[in-house]
Amino acid sequence: MNPKRKQRLISVIAIVVGVSLAAAILLYALRQNINLFFTPSQIISGEAPLGTTIRVGGLVKADSVIHPQEGVAMRFVVTDNVGEVTVSYSGLLPDLFREGQGVVAIGVLNAEKKLIASEVLAKHDETYMPPEVYEAMKASAEDSTIKQP
Amino acid sequence: MIPEIGHLALWFALAFAILASWIPLWGAYKQDLLSLSFAKPFALAQFFFVAVAFICLTWAFERNDFTVAYVANHSNTLLPSRYKFSAVWGGHEGSILLWCLILTGWSAAVAVNSRHLPIDLIARVLSVLGMINVGFLLFILLTSNPFDRLLPNFPLEGRDLNPLLQDFGLIVHPPILYMGYVGFSVAFAFAVAGLLSGNLDATWARWLRPWTLAAWSFLTLGIALGSWWAYYELGWGGWWFWDPVENASFMPWLAGTALLHSLSATEKRGVFKAWTLLLAVSAFSLSLLGTFLVRSGVLTSVHAFANDPERGLFILIFLMIVIGGSLTLFALRAHKISSSAQYEAVSRESGILFNNVLLVALTLVVLVGTLFPLVADVMEWGKFSIGAPYFNTIFVPVGLVLLTIIGVGPVLRWKKDKPYRLLQTLRVPAAVSVLIGLSIPFVLNKTHPLALVSSVIAAWVIVTTLIEMKRQITHGRHWVAGFAKLPLSLQGMAWAHMGVAVTVLGITFTSLYSEERTVRVVPGDELTLAGYHIQYHLTQSVAGPNFWAEQAHLTVRRQDETVSQLYPERRFYYSQQNPMTEAAIDAGLMRDIYVALGEPLATEGDDLPRAVRVQYKPMVRWIWLGGLMMAIGGGLCIADKRYRAKRYVQRPKVTGASLSS
Repeated sequence: MNPKRKQRLISVIAIVVGVSLAAAILLYALRQNINLFFTPSQIISGEAPLGTTIRVGGLVKADSVIHPQEGVAMRFVVTDNVGEVTVSYSGLLPDLFREGQGVVAIGVLNAEKKLIASEVLAKHDETYMPPEVYEAMKASAEDSTIKQP
Repeated sequence: MIPEIGHLALWFALAFAILASWIPLWGAYKQDLLSLSFAKPFALAQFFFVAVAFICLTWAFERNDFTVAYVANHSNTLLPSRYKFSAVWGGHEGSILLWCLILTGWSAAVAVNSRHLPIDLIARVLSVLGMINVGFLLFILLTSNPFDRLLPNFPLEGRDLNPLLQDFGLIVHPPILYMGYVGFSVAFAFAVAGLLSGNLDATWARWLRPWTLAAWSFLTLGIALGSWWAYYELGWGGWWFWDPVENASFMPWLAGTALLHSLSATEKRGVFKAWTLLLAVSAFSLSLLGTFLVRSGVLTSVHAFANDPERGLFILIFLMIVIGGSLTLFALRAHKISSSAQYEAVSRESGILFNNVLLVALTLVVLVGTLFPLVADVMEWGKFSIGAPYFNTIFVPVGLVLLTIIGVGPVLRWKKDKPYRLLQTLRVPAAVSVLIGLSIPFVLNKTHPLALVSSVIAAWVIVTTLIEMKRQITHGRHWVAGFAKLPLSLQGMAWAHMGVAVTVLGITFTSLYSEERTVRVVPGDELTLAGYHIQYHLTQSVAGPNFWAEQAHLTVRRQDETVSQLYPERRFYYSQQNPMTEAAIDAGLMRDIYVALGEPLATEGDDLPRAVRVQYKPMVRWIWLGGLMMAIGGGLCIADKRYRAKRYVQRPKVTGASLSS
């Protein structure tokens, strides 16, 4: 093989191997690590899987935040005005967390459909809620008006 | 009056940018000296007028001119003066103006430092930069004017700058990051100019290298600063979140790193010419993509983009013109650019090729991870989120392979090397690094398998780099004389490569051995974390210039010796409703103690119980230390005298075969 071709062959092999390796790892990593988003009413109707990490969004129900007598494992209720899910969380709440405001909790549902959260996000200012929460609430409000004529 | 001057200056800048984007180009095509000679004055004029606009906006901030909407939304009379200065780029309009200022700054720098470049090449480069500037100035003037007035009903008090941004980090991080981001525009312009003229010799690569190195060094420093800022300011103790905004700066960095290495091969051996061009185009395109992601609102939601369609659509169209146009040009002209030199399977060239394949693969991984949720949302496949596990799954193995070849690359010979020689040279370093790499984790008593692997590979990079430096220095000379003769670019490479190893060590040990506890405390309580005894004393109120704060006092002790007193705060800014966590950190080379104060856990009574989060972060500083070393390495390379030597440079030629084709 002449050197020029050989060189081209090396490049092509390197690129093909690199790309296919990258694609394989990419697909593997994507399959393992995508989190889906659910609303409280979807969870109540059983659409969300138990035991895998999901994200739940909604408003923090007023007066639902319960601080424990001991320890730091606190609880609060996330609602989309149709369904409600209890979230338990041990950690510092984000600065923007407040009753009546939108949050996204990331965690795992247990058998009682209670979310054991590992992370609570409240990335918004006071004037609007996270877009996912807003849309989820709009959707569940529409659903409920259809069901209750 | 002053804001109107600023506004007018932007129109003048636009006029000069429009002139600059075609007159010199036309001159290069027609070989018309007069038109060519306009390139530099036009570049300087753009810089002057954008600078005037920037100064006017700064002035409006310092004088609390709340008739200017942008100032009213991002400042406040109580805001300390240094933050009024950084508030200039604390919002959308101002940060695009900063983008523009830096773009024209780079263009002016190219214009001033290009006396030894062929005049037609520099005219093309400055024209391309002018075109980019036209796009950004139009964007400012049509959709994001920072000088818009709120008349006649202007507020008496401004809404204040987001407290998160009232920090030293925000004064330095955005300008430095933008210097890097926008700096790749020079590489882009050189690539397009090269494609237009079809002339890509070693001079071309040698000229491009210092500019690319400068942009890359700034970007490295900017990313490191951003990570450090997020660490101490956000109160979580995280230093990287794989957030789309971070990814937006990381993609150009990865592509830029590939570009640097590919450029070195193009300069030294004349290979990979087309590939280098493609990387130069990609690095800047990714910078623009990042700007689009951050500035259009698509990250909060694809629908936020629709809420403010002008801005998003403008950048999207601009992005398509720049990327589409340059790639089309590449497709049309790349076949004319041939790489004549040859190399064998075992050679420095192959090493660089391998490095490039991995870096580009990583860039694609970040790109997919960043864009997939957006695409899925637009296509209504569902609302996905791709978090850290996806990126970590890929970056850990690929990163370790990449790190391994860093140790081999500098030892490899250009063109052709013998596998046997390589084995012989690397035998001893390999043994030494396994020995060192394995002993460090055992000394630190941190022997997770990944810690062992990563220490061995980091030691491998450092040992091979040092041995290679030693070989270069003592090449038949006394080491003092040898060190003085060592080219700065080699020293720079050594710094940068060892910087990567230092960063990787930091990441490994912080990720594996950080400890965190969130506890409920009342005054007098003590907790133990990683051998440190941390006692909580009390929380009291303190006042700041534009906020008041709950400030806790904690003492950190180790073996009955007081290590430090920490005062974490929860701040309440007068202009905002929500509290802001201000963590307290006892920083050290080998570990940080990081304390964040939470809310009171009861509402009544004295000495309320509180939540505190205490974190032990081993070697977290190494992450940024490594970044600093990489940036220093880049700086040393730029200072290498071969980029100054005039003997390499061709005489300016206006006429001749190399002019357009």
